[in-house]
Amino acid sequence: MLLLDCPWCGPRSEEEFSCGGEGHIVRPTASAEMDDQAWGDYVFMRTNTKGMQLERWRHANGCGRWFNMARSTTTHEIVAVYKVGDDKPELPK
Amino acid sequence: MANYSILALARNALQRHRNWPQAWGSPVLRPSYDAVIIGGGGHGLATAYYLAKLHGMRNIAVLEKGWIGGGNTGRNTTIVRSNYLNPESAGIYEHALKLWEGLSQELNFNVMFSQRGVINLAHDPGEERELRRRIYANQLAGVDAEWVGPTQLSELCPILNLDPNIRYPVVGGTLQRRAGVARHDAVAWGYARGADHLGVHIIQNCEVTGFDIREGRIEGVRTSQGDIKTPKVGVVASGHSSVLAAMADIRLPLESHPLQALVSEPVKPIMPTVIMSNKVHAYMSQSDKGELVIGAGIDGYISYAQRGSLPVIEETIRAIVELFPITSRLKMMRQWAGIVDICPDASPIISGTPVKGLYFNCGWGTGGFKATPGSGHVFAHTLAKDAPHPLNAPFALERFYSGALVAEHGAAAVAH
Ligand SMILES: Cc1cc2nc3c(=O)[nH]c(=O)nc-3n(C[C@H](O)[C@H](O)[C@H](O)COP(=O)(O)OP(=O)(O)OC[C@H]3O[C@@H](n4cnc5c(N)ncnc54)[C@H](O)[C@@H]3O)c2cc1C
Ligand SMILES: [Zn+2]
Repeated sequence: MLLLDCPWCGPRSEEEFSCGGEGHIVRPTASAEMDDQAWGDYVFMRTNTKGMQLERWRHANGCGRWFNMARSTTTHEIVAVYKVGDDKPELPK
Repeated sequence: MANYSILALARNALQRHRNWPQAWGSPVLRPSYDAVIIGGGGHGLATAYYLAKLHGMRNIAVLEKGWIGGGNTGRNTTIVRSNYLNPESAGIYEHALKLWEGLSQELNFNVMFSQRGVINLAHDPGEERELRRRIYANQLAGVDAEWVGPTQLSELCPILNLDPNIRYPVVGGTLQRRAGVARHDAVAWGYARGADHLGVHIIQNCEVTGFDIREGRIEGVRTSQGDIKTPKVGVVASGHSSVLAAMADIRLPLESHPLQALVSEPVKPIMPTVIMSNKVHAYMSQSDKGELVIGAGIDGYISYAQRGSLPVIEETIRAIVELFPITSRLKMMRQWAGIVDICPDASPIISGTPVKGLYFNCGWGTGGFKATPGSGHVFAHTLAKDAPHPLNAPFALERFYSGALVAEHGAAAVAH
């Protein structure tokens, strides 16, 4: 079980959170000019990283807010928690 | 390959079972093959078997990084059924179910396919309407399906809690009588033995670490046991599909999540069928050894750790104890997880890629065991002909660009 550190509420159990998947996927601004290829890539294609991943979480059964996290998908180690809009954190090699 | 039969059993019994031949060999990797299958799970081994048997491709290899059947094939709860909603799904899953019905004979290997029926419960009128709609869709597609009310349910499964005063009372369910369970390891072993007999190389402890791609065409595969030249590669790596795709600079619409299951201590036969519930998210059957086999859901986050977290199985056990109160004091013996490849429309991907000669068969997620024979059969066709079989044409990657998704969340929602 994970202990997640909500930037607003502090450490809480995994059960209070929902995971929003891969982070830093930016909604395209020139959407009217996009073709099917670009839309398909944006909506569906994912890196699905094995290793350190930047991802979005929401404190769904708590403050309800979104935030970002750097977590290993193999060890589950959490190395950074940061707010939406913050720069990507330095990751250990 | 020695044929397995009652005579062979008697003969070997007289020899105190010391002289049974090896079921498949451990060949040395060749420097080149006509085709390479990556992943020695049921789907990969079935693909190799049908490539050799039906398409005459015998200079081929299955590369498995661990041991055959050690992935989701050997970790699943073995439910086999074909009652999905859309005609595309009925096509592929029913094709598989028909192959299951003759599989032990085909492979001369007892895969213990037991058509004991699978029941999907409804707990409220909304769910009942949804499930009845699926029954009509199944019947139109030639898949057997019927509605069973509480009286029939209590006959089919006396230990099911039909008390109308529980939190999620059971109002009825769907029954597919031809559905059931099979022995998961036996499926991998049976296909491996059959493929090996046809000359296929099954190479275990051989991890693929990269591809040789030149001018948009596959030329070879790099492995922990050395490099191989090959013009054709079929990747059948379930939860690790995205990792292999990344080696070819391809992204797939998949997320890898742990899916858990657990078994109880063995008890006398109490569970004559398979019961699943989408609403409370639980399902249960009983193995021939007597263990109750219980399936949980996926963890909510991406993970490649084959563990799974406790809250998920707690939730499942809560549901199981309410549906089957007789289980409340049973001890659970083992819990495990497999990494499943979740696809956005809950349907598989059987497809070519922008790299010529490189094919993927993945995205089966929580429910691909049932499709093993059919998936191998059509994927072999796709690889041999460099064109999809009509049954897997709707499952190409193009659907994520055209929008022609095959949404099966209703039929696949309980993770199995
Ligand atoms: C707990 C659980 C319960 C389930 N219950 C059901 C059920 O009741 N009914 C049902 O229909 N389905 C069920 N499933 C889903 C089902 O198990 C899978 O969809 C199916 O077994 C996938 O088979 P496969 O051969 O594609 O994959 P796998 O059996 O996972 O085989 C893939 C193989 O690829 C190998 N591999 C990965 N990377 C590499 C590499 N780089 N080089 C070489 N080899 C590699 C792996 O080691 C693995 O052996 C369940 C799954 C789980 C985990
Ligand atoms: Zn919070």
